[in-house]
Amino acid sequence: MYKYDQYDQAIVDARVAEFSDQVRRRLAGDITEDQFKPLRLMNGLYLQLHAYMLRVAIPYGTLDSKQMRMLAHIARTYDRDYGHFTTRQNIQYNWIKLEDAPAILADLAKVEMHAIQTSGNCIRNISSDQYAGAAADEVADPRPWAELLRQWSTFHPEFSYLPRKFKIAVIASDEDRAAMKLHDIGIQLVKRDGKLGAAFYVGGGMGRTPMVAPLIKDFVPIEDYLSYSEACLRVYNRYGRRDNIYKARIKILIHELGADEYARQVEEEFAHVKTLGIDPPAAELERIAAFFAPPAFEVGLADTVDRNDPDFAVWLDQNVKAHKQPGYAIVNISLKPVGGIPGDASSAQIDVMADLAEKYSFDELRVTHAQNIVLPHVAKRDLYAVWQALNEADLAAPNLDLISDIIACPGLDYCSLANARSIPVAQKIAQRFADLDRQRTLGELKLKISGCINACGHHHAGHIGILGVDRKGTENYQLLLGGSGAEDTSLGKITGPGFDEDGIVDAVERVTDKYLALREGEERFLDTYRRVGFDPFKEAIYG
Amino acid sequence: MKLLTGNDLASGAVTWWTGDGWSLHVEDAADVGEHGEAILTAEEGARRVNAPYLIEAVATPDGPRPAHIKDRIRALGPTVRLDLTLKPADPDAGSWVI
Repeated sequence: MYKYDQYDQAIVDARVAEFSDQVRRRLAGDITEDQFKPLRLMNGLYLQLHAYMLRVAIPYGTLDSKQMRMLAHIARTYDRDYGHFTTRQNIQYNWIKLEDAPAILADLAKVEMHAIQTSGNCIRNISSDQYAGAAADEVADPRPWAELLRQWSTFHPEFSYLPRKFKIAVIASDEDRAAMKLHDIGIQLVKRDGKLGAAFYVGGGMGRTPMVAPLIKDFVPIEDYLSYSEACLRVYNRYGRRDNIYKARIKILIHELGADEYARQVEEEFAHVKTLGIDPPAAELERIAAFFAPPAFEVGLADTVDRNDPDFAVWLDQNVKAHKQPGYAIVNISLKPVGGIPGDASSAQIDVMADLAEKYSFDELRVTHAQNIVLPHVAKRDLYAVWQALNEADLAAPNLDLISDIIACPGLDYCSLANARSIPVAQKIAQRFADLDRQRTLGELKLKISGCINACGHHHAGHIGILGVDRKGTENYQLLLGGSGAEDTSLGKITGPGFDEDGIVDAVERVTDKYLALREGEERFLDTYRRVGFDPFKEAIYG
Repeated sequence: MKLLTGNDLASGAVTWWTGDGWSLHVEDAADVGEHGEAILTAEEGARRVNAPYLIEAVATPDGPRPAHIKDRIRALGPTVRLDLTLKPADPDAGSWVI
């Protein structure tokens, strides 16, 4: 894992001191809310429905046990004993007091964390593949390249006031586990003739106007990686619209310019940027990469696992994935127990996960965009012990990628932007499909719920998506089918008129019943939907 | 009826204008009638409340009930964590919201 150098620590410490003074002045009445609001947002502090909400950045979703324990400490000490892991691989606290914010940021700085650039029209926390460094199919570890972007984008003076917020994902596998093409810039590390480079997909996103990012350049030599990123941002910063918040994202610019013209302008800009010398020297790249060297895996470990405990065997099949190192596995910890709140974890559970990471996973954890946690490097001989500990902490739901592994935004229960509640709908659907055999019969089925058009719950990318809307003061839920955030990225299509809270649960069940009736062979729901099309499902839903 | 609501500066907690101050409980909220804007301006100017705004509500025997679900959730707390609401001991508190 990356460790701060003196410059990293100095700028974070300086920001804590600066914000502490700003909070002091606000509480003393020396500055107004209008003056203070942009300052607190620069430090991840929002005002939500019930209290201040603090969003803490978890760079590319990677953290160690010390950092995880600090997240538990903050939940326990300053909040109401829980945190909410988000679809951007961050964590949010819902009940923060303004007067506590400086102490929280100081605590975070002690473990090389902060809440900078988790709000505002800047480059947000870089996201990545939660299996980075463990996946057999990656051409390189994407984290050094995500870290390079983190350093480049932190307090970047030119990109602190972009037309709109800006999200970047970096992956290094053909299998996309990070919804890469639904980011403002999605970068896939690739190899060509043995040489590392990057494919740039630019102009994707969800929200009000969902778009899948077009490929802008299929191979940028890795030594040009930063210059090309800078060029992409510069063209957007220069021509992105600032007159209309709904048309300010880069996806709108590229849609209006056309991908080819945008790419041409980026090339032109790149030719200039390359002369500025911003790409780091090889020694600096090596310094960063060294932090992500593979851990000291034991060799010769057995690849077999005793499956005698049937509950353990189910969890093994559902939540444990192949690791590139023989004798090791990737453990997915579902934060989606049936009836629970997707992404929420108590401080005690966060501590349990930290302890397990320290003991069994080379001190590493990952947060996924699906609001789950990963222990990336667990020896297969330890899987049973890990499962037992997770089970004891109510963290062993064996439902990864099943219908109850629902992505849901906080919705109207917490969020001031929401139009409808998301969490109760997620809970009701999970309860309707609580029978694990039924879920496993349905197979991979990614259900995603947003409480408003901003799409924090990724409803556009759900195999089944649900969008909560306000219909004359009443919550109403639209159903979408056919979305995907994976390498076969697609946007869901709205089925028709919306439903009330119970009606949407029934509608989901009619869709899954229809799928089972139409399925051929080992087809996933998405495969069947793509084969038979929209109409049979619409007919099943509305009759 | 019209209510004035906002958030407490230090804690961020939802507060309601009672006629002579602010309360955490919507039951204490006063009908501000046509004076809402003036009170809002004065209270915001005095920096006693954050992000104040006026809402419609209905008078009931149990006190004012905000017209919009968002404000009812603000008044109670998250419907999915009744233990964190202002009425943690009332298992039916959520039905007031819906």
